[in-house]
Amino acid sequence: MDYSQFLAMKQELALLLVFLLVFLYDTFLPKKAQKGLPVFAIVLTLAATAAGFCCHCLGSACNTVAFAGMYETSPVIAAIKGILNVGAVIVLIQSIKWADSENMTMRRGEFYELLLVTLFGMYLMISARHFLLFLIGLESASLPLAAMVALDKNRYESHEAAVKYILTAVFSSAIFMLGLSFLYGLTGSLYFQNIYFALTANGSANLLLILSVAFVISGIGFKLSLVPFHLWTADVYQGAPTSVTSYLSVISKGATAFAFLVVLVQVFGSIYSSVWEWMLYALIILTITVGNLFAIRQRNMKRFLAFSSVSQAGYIMLGIIADNAMGMAAMMYYILVYIFSNLAAFGVIGAIENATGKVSMDNYNGLYKTNPRLSFAMMLAMFSLAGIPPFAGFFSKFFIFTGALNQGSVAIYVLVGIALLNTIISLYYYLLVVKAMFINDTETPLPTFRSSCSERLGLWITVAGVIGLGIVSWFYSSLLELAQVAPMNMYFIG
Amino acid sequence: MFANILIYFVVIPLLMLAGIALCRNVRQIRAVAVTGSLALIALSVVVLLQYLDLRAAGETAPMLFTDSWTWFEPLHINLAVGVDGISIAMLLLSSIIVFAGSFASWKIDQPKEFFLWLILLSVGVFGFFITVDLFTMFMFYEVALIPMYLLIGVWGSGRKNYSAMKLTLMLMGGSAFLMLGLIGIYYHSNPAGGQLTWNILEIASRAADAEQCIPQGWQMVLFPLTFVGFGVLGAMFPFHTWSPDGHASAPTAVSMLHAGVLMKLGGYGCFRVAIYLMPYAAQELSYIFLILTGISVVYGAFCACVKTDLKYINAYSSVSHCGLVLFAILMLNTTAMTGAIMQMLSHGLMTALFFALIGMIYGRTHTREITKMGGLMQIMPYLSVCYVIAGMASLGLPGLSGFVAEMTIFVGSFQAGMADYLGGEGSLRLVFTIIACCSIVITAVYILRVVGKLLFGPVQDDHHRTLTDATWWERLSTVTLILCVAAIGCFPNFFNNLINTTFSPAIFAVLGM
Repeated sequence: MDYSQFLAMKQELALLLVFLLVFLYDTFLPKKAQKGLPVFAIVLTLAATAAGFCCHCLGSACNTVAFAGMYETSPVIAAIKGILNVGAVIVLIQSIKWADSENMTMRRGEFYELLLVTLFGMYLMISARHFLLFLIGLESASLPLAAMVALDKNRYESHEAAVKYILTAVFSSAIFMLGLSFLYGLTGSLYFQNIYFALTANGSANLLLILSVAFVISGIGFKLSLVPFHLWTADVYQGAPTSVTSYLSVISKGATAFAFLVVLVQVFGSIYSSVWEWMLYALIILTITVGNLFAIRQRNMKRFLAFSSVSQAGYIMLGIIADNAMGMAAMMYYILVYIFSNLAAFGVIGAIENATGKVSMDNYNGLYKTNPRLSFAMMLAMFSLAGIPPFAGFFSKFFIFTGALNQGSVAIYVLVGIALLNTIISLYYYLLVVKAMFINDTETPLPTFRSSCSERLGLWITVAGVIGLGIVSWFYSSLLELAQVAPMNMYFIG
Repeated sequence: MFANILIYFVVIPLLMLAGIALCRNVRQIRAVAVTGSLALIALSVVVLLQYLDLRAAGETAPMLFTDSWTWFEPLHINLAVGVDGISIAMLLLSSIIVFAGSFASWKIDQPKEFFLWLILLSVGVFGFFITVDLFTMFMFYEVALIPMYLLIGVWGSGRKNYSAMKLTLMLMGGSAFLMLGLIGIYYHSNPAGGQLTWNILEIASRAADAEQCIPQGWQMVLFPLTFVGFGVLGAMFPFHTWSPDGHASAPTAVSMLHAGVLMKLGGYGCFRVAIYLMPYAAQELSYIFLILTGISVVYGAFCACVKTDLKYINAYSSVSHCGLVLFAILMLNTTAMTGAIMQMLSHGLMTALFFALIGMIYGRTHTREITKMGGLMQIMPYLSVCYVIAGMASLGLPGLSGFVAEMTIFVGSFQAGMADYLGGEGSLRLVFTIIACCSIVITAVYILRVVGKLLFGPVQDDHHRTLTDATWWERLSTVTLILCVAAIGCFPNFFNNLINTTFSPAIFAVLGM
C-alpha cells in the first residue's frame, strides 16, 4: 500500500492533529492550565482552517482520488470543509462562557474532543466515494453528538434529548444500511462510481431500486431532519445545551446537506427522472411547508429555531434540483450564509440564556429597551434567515431560486413558487421575534446585562458575516468558480 | 464609480444613516435629516437641469447618465443606473417628500431609531428609481418595504400590530410573485442565444423584435406575475386591503412617505418592468387588469365616502387615485401614460400633504373621527386653509396638480377607448373610461363632506377652542408641498415635456401607438 496516499487527506490529518493535541492538553496538563483549553482549541482549529484554505489556494489539494477511489477531494470539497471549520470555530467561540460554567468545568475537554471527532466524521462523509467509508463518517458524525447533547448532566431534558437523538440516529443508520444492502445486491459494488455506471447501464425503475433509493434518502434525511423524518428535531434542539444545539443545527446540517448532494448526484444521478425526482419534490415541499407551519406556534426559542431550520433545509435541497454547477454553488453559499445567520441567532439566545436562564419568546418582550445591541443582532439574524435584503440571506435565497429555475420546466416554476410563498409564512414568524423585542411592551423585561467578551466576539463575527457575505460578491463568485471546475460536474444529469 | 451623479442618490442617504447613528441628541438628528434631504432635493434639481440640457442638445438615448458596475459577474448582475424623465420626476417627488416628512416628524419619540428606519426606507426608494438592473431594483424594492414594519409597529397608533403585519406580509407576498417573474425574465432575456441579462434597457431594446424579445408564450406567464407583484404595492383591487389599515395606523411621516412615494414604486414598476419589457402580453392581458384597476378607482372612492376616520378616508382615496395610475398605464396610450406619471407626482404630493395635515390635526385634537370635530376653520385657520387646498387638488380644481393629471388621463383613455371602439375591438376600454370618470364626482362628494363637517360647521368639542395653529416647522412642511402642487398645476407643460421625452419609439411601435 502506498502510504503517501494519506497526504491527500491533508484537512482530515490537520483536524486529527488538533484533536490529539486537545486531547493531550486535556488529559495531561494540570488543573490550573485547564482554563486555557478553549482558547487552545479555538486557535488550533483556526490554524487548521487557515491551513486548509492555503492548501486549496496553492492547488496541492486539488482533485485527488486516494485509496483506490474510496476517497476524493477537490477544491470545492476543500472549500466546504473550510466553511464547516469556520462555523465550528464560531460555535467554539460562542460556547466559551458555557464551557466555563460551573457544572461544565470537569467535562470541558469532552465537549471539544467530541466536537472535533464529529467534524472529522463529517469530513469523511463529504469526501467518501465508497459507501462503507461514508457509513463510518455518518456514524462518527452522529454517535458522539448524542454524548454532546447529554452534556448538561443536571438537566433532565438533556438526557431525554440524548436518548431520542441516539435512538433515531441508530434507527436511521439501520434503514440506510438496509438501502445499501439492496443496492449492493442490485449492482454488486459499494463504490459510488461503480454503482453509478451499473445504474446507467441498467437503471429501469424496478421496485427494489426504488426501495433502495428511498431507504438511502430517508437514512440521510433523518440526519438532515427533512419532513417526514424531522420528528426528533424540536425535542433534541430544545433539550441540548444551546452551544450543542447551534452546532447541530448548522454544522451537522450543512455537512449532511452537502454529502446528500454528493450521494444523489454521484450515485443516483443517472436515474434522477425515472426514480427519485418526485421524491425530492415531495420532500422539499413537505419540508419547507411543514417546518414553517410548525414554527409559527413555537414559544420556546430553541424549538422555534428547530422548526425554522427544518424549513431552511428544504431550501437547501433546492440546490440539488438545480442540478448544475450554479445550483451546487448556490447550495454551498446558502449553507455558508445559513451558518452565519443561525449562529447569530443562537449567539443571542445563548447570551441571554447564560445571563438569565430564559429561552422563551415571551421573555424577549421589550428586549430592545434593555439590551439594544443584542436585539439588533437578533433582528439582523431574523431578517437574514427570512431573506430580507441587504442581508446575506436575501442573496442566498435569490441565488438558490435562480439556480433551480435554470431547469426551466413548468414543474420547477411551480416548486419555486411554492417555496416563495413559504418565505411569506417564514417572514411572519421571524417578524414575531422582531415584534417581541421591538414592539411588545412588558412590565418585566429582562434586566440589562453585559455579555461576556467571547459572546460579543462571536456576535460581531456572525453579524459581520450576515451583512458582508451578501454585499461582497467575492464569496458567491468564487464558490461558483470552484463548483465549475469540480470533477463532480461530469455526473450532472443535464 | 463615484463619477456618476446618480450614485449619490444612494450615497447621501447612506451618509445620513451613518450621521444619525452617531448623533447624540434630537437637534443633531434634525440637522442631519434636514441637511441630507435638502442635499437630495438639490441633487435631483441638478440632475433634472442637466437632463433637460442634454435632451435639448439632441440626446436621444432612452436613458441618460447610464453606467454599470459589475457585481455578481457569473450571474451577470450589475449595479446598473440610468434615468429618464419619469425616473427624474419620481426622484424629485421622493426628495421633496423626504424633506417634508422630516419636518412632519419634528417631535417624534425615539427620534434616532425613527429616522434611521425612515432614511433606510428612502435608501430603498432612491435606489429603486435609479437602477435599471432587475436584480438591484428588486433588492432596493425590498429594502424599502421592511422598515415599514417597525415604523408602523413601534410608532403607529390604533391596531398597529395587526396593520404592520398585514402590510408587510401582503407586500412581501407581492414580491414573492415578483421574484419569480424577474428570474423568469432573466432566463428568457435573450432567446436568440446570446448572453442573458438583467438589464432593463438591453431587454427593452429587443422588445419590439418578435424574434429576440421575451418569447410570447412566456410573456403571458411573466407579465401577470410582475404586474401583480408590483400591483400589490400600487393598491390594485383585490390586493389593496393592506393600504387602509397600514396608512391609518402609521405615524404621520410614514404615511406621507408610504402613500406619497412607496405606492409609486408599484406604478413605476408596473410600467418599467411589466409593460416596458413585455409589451406583447401587455396588449393581450391588459383587459384583465383594466377591470381590476377600474374597480379600484370606483370602489376606493365609494369606500372613502362612508368612512369617518380621516386617515381611512384618505387611505381609500389613495387606493382610488393609485388605481387610476395603473388604469392609465394599462391604456397603452402615450397621452394616458403621461397622465399616469403626472398623477403619480400629483397624488404623491397631495396625499403627503393630506397625511401631514391629518397628523397635525390629530396631534392637537387627539381624534381623527370627523363626527367628533367641527369648525376647525375658526380655531386653526392656517391648517384648515391648507386642508381645503389639498382637497381642491384632490378633486381636480384647475390650477392645481390633480386637474392636470386627471384631465390628461381621461383624455388619453378616451382616445384609446374610442380607437378600440371604432376599430371594432370591443368597447371595454371605453366603458371603463366612463366608469372611472365617475370617480371624479365621488371624489368631490367625500372631499366636500369632510371639508364641510370638519372645517366649517359648529365646533363640536369646547376643548378644541384652546388649540393652537401650526408651528413653524409644520408650516414649512405644508408650504413646500402646496407650492409643488401648485407648480404642477400652473406649469403642466414643463412636466409634460419632461415625461414625454422618455417614451421610446420602439416600445410604442409594438404597442401600436
